[in-house]
Amino acid sequence: MTLICTETYSKQEPASLETYLTLEGYQAWQKILNNKISKSEIINQIKESGLRGKGGAGFLTGLKWSFIPISDEQKYLVCNSDESEPGTCKDRDILRYNPHAIIEGMLIASYAIGASVAYNYLRGEFLDEQWKVFNKALEEAYQKGYVGNNILSTGLTINIFPVLGAGAYIVGEETAMLEAIEGKRGMPRIKPPFPAIKGLFAKPTIINNTETLATVPKIILKGAEWYKSLGINNGEGVKIFCMSGSVQKPNNFEVPLGTPFSNLLEMSGGVSNNSKLKAVIPGGSSVPVVKGELMLDTNMDYDSILKANSMLGSGGVIVMDETICMVKVLQRISRFYYGESCGQCTPCREGTGWLYKILTNIIDGNGTINDLHELERIAGLIEGHCICALGDAAALPVKSFLNNFWDEFEYYIDNKKSMVVG
Amino acid sequence: MNDINNNFFNNETCSMIENIKKKFPEDRKKSSIIESLLILQKNNNGYLTKDIITSLAKYLKVEEIDVYEVATFYSMFNTKPVGINTISVCTNVSCMLRNADNILNHIENKLGIKVGETTKDQKFFLKDEIECLAACNGAPMMQVNHKNYENLTIEKVDKILEEFE
Ligand SMILES: Cc1cc2nc3c(=O)[nH]c(=O)nc-3n(C[C@H](O)[C@H](O)[C@H](O)COP(=O)(O)O)c2cc1C
Ligand code: SF4
Ligand code: FES
Repeated sequence: MTLICTETYSKQEPASLETYLTLEGYQAWQKILNNKISKSEIINQIKESGLRGKGGAGFLTGLKWSFIPISDEQKYLVCNSDESEPGTCKDRDILRYNPHAIIEGMLIASYAIGASVAYNYLRGEFLDEQWKVFNKALEEAYQKGYVGNNILSTGLTINIFPVLGAGAYIVGEETAMLEAIEGKRGMPRIKPPFPAIKGLFAKPTIINNTETLATVPKIILKGAEWYKSLGINNGEGVKIFCMSGSVQKPNNFEVPLGTPFSNLLEMSGGVSNNSKLKAVIPGGSSVPVVKGELMLDTNMDYDSILKANSMLGSGGVIVMDETICMVKVLQRISRFYYGESCGQCTPCREGTGWLYKILTNIIDGNGTINDLHELERIAGLIEGHCICALGDAAALPVKSFLNNFWDEFEYYIDNKKSMVVG
Repeated sequence: MNDINNNFFNNETCSMIENIKKKFPEDRKKSSIIESLLILQKNNNGYLTKDIITSLAKYLKVEEIDVYEVATFYSMFNTKPVGINTISVCTNVSCMLRNADNILNHIENKLGIKVGETTKDQKFFLKDEIECLAACNGAPMMQVNHKNYENLTIEKVDKILEEFE
């Protein structure tokens, strides 16, 4: 199996420059500089590779880069290492085990969009480990002349700066991240204007996820066709899936897109608690839940998961066995969005609170059947009526949990207790 | 800068803040607020005071309200005194599925406090953690002073907390 972002993980001193260099590290960057490959050629290669953003929305990376205006003004690249979508824990490993791939990817992306300054925004909770490892790697890359002023004597300047956050899920939303880097409260901006036109410090800016950027160097080195062909079935390329919840061996797996879910489940040691598969949230807590049987027939690529009425999202795969109470899971998910709403939009600020309160009421044994209709109604009021996708992220799980497990909610209300033992 | 409280801004802190400022365009003074506050909070037993906020505003030449807004928006900032060691137990969905609630209950009982509270001896602050801490495949997990402890069991938690006694 071809590994890209996770290639260094099994090596001794995975984060070191030496390790990265033995794995063709910085060769893509040198190839670009030596052969004077043009910006548009790089953007085309990324377009042709079919690389899609791995932060959640799955937007085509090459297409996004092509939105940057051709002009002499200052431009910025921002790497999104805020990783805080529940169920997602892949970027933290790239940061601590393969930081040079992020740096090389940031350099290539900056070059392609004409940015002389790039920021990597790490969530504040990463300050003890990932922050230190990334800073050390960056220092090494500066010493070698890969980054900075007059890069490898070519006259090119790209400076990379890590910045540290201080706790807020919403800052993972790209325009909220720009606000945070500007030193303000992390509140999403109304789009348009899109960041590619007016982003950080009001300049054209591209924001990409850590895993997306760490994948870029190998695509440039080995070609668009090579990357595409790594996928199987209907998939193109690879993706890290974070297997968590009711599995024997929770772990991250970088696998071909299109890998059957059942294979991933097997790689994680199967369902835990000697139980059977009940449900899966395949792309972080913001995406709809899928029943176990359907998931066992689904491949892990964008289109297949869409056909199962969910989304690939961030690749955070949350597995639930038959001992798990769906009412409690949904209540926990709702608590998160209620707590993390930035409060700008009334439907999101108020609606997330109502969802959480109604679900808590049900858990406490005070629910009525009407509450279930009320949950659906409120989710409908939030969805599509907010500035950013957090509102939708709060609404979608509610709808899908009720659609798939209505009986279980009804049972809880009638009997004032869970249908399952757990 | 004589009206800036020197207790907060010794030479080392100043040079750290100057390094933060270098990352941003010169006229973008607010950009340094978050990271500066993290340093100042660490130097002040884990919490921010009105004095610190005022002093930083003066130091960075920004409005006090700008610093105040940041200090109250981001969850890692405390604007009230807290215990020496901060514990955050993740009880988000992946951790909940692996019995994180039992871990949190155990810690609450052991320390005799609820989330959001500090022990009487000031040793531990149990943060009311709403966020997923991005270690979902190491669930259940917690951070103590932002260091990760994963695959927790009750026994493991007891041992870890002893280290801080
Ligand atoms: C509420 C919310 C939280 C988000 N959190 C993250 C995050 O933690 N990391 C991330 O890369 N993208 C996150 N995103 C997606 C970003 O807005 C953006 O789409 C992404 O960083 C773009 O990079 P990509 O195209 O490489 O995926 C979040 C979006 C929303 C609406
Ligand atoms: S949808 Fe929610 S989180 Fe997003 S901007 Fe509106 S209030 Fe803030
Ligand atoms: S759910 Fe606990 S670390 Fe992600």
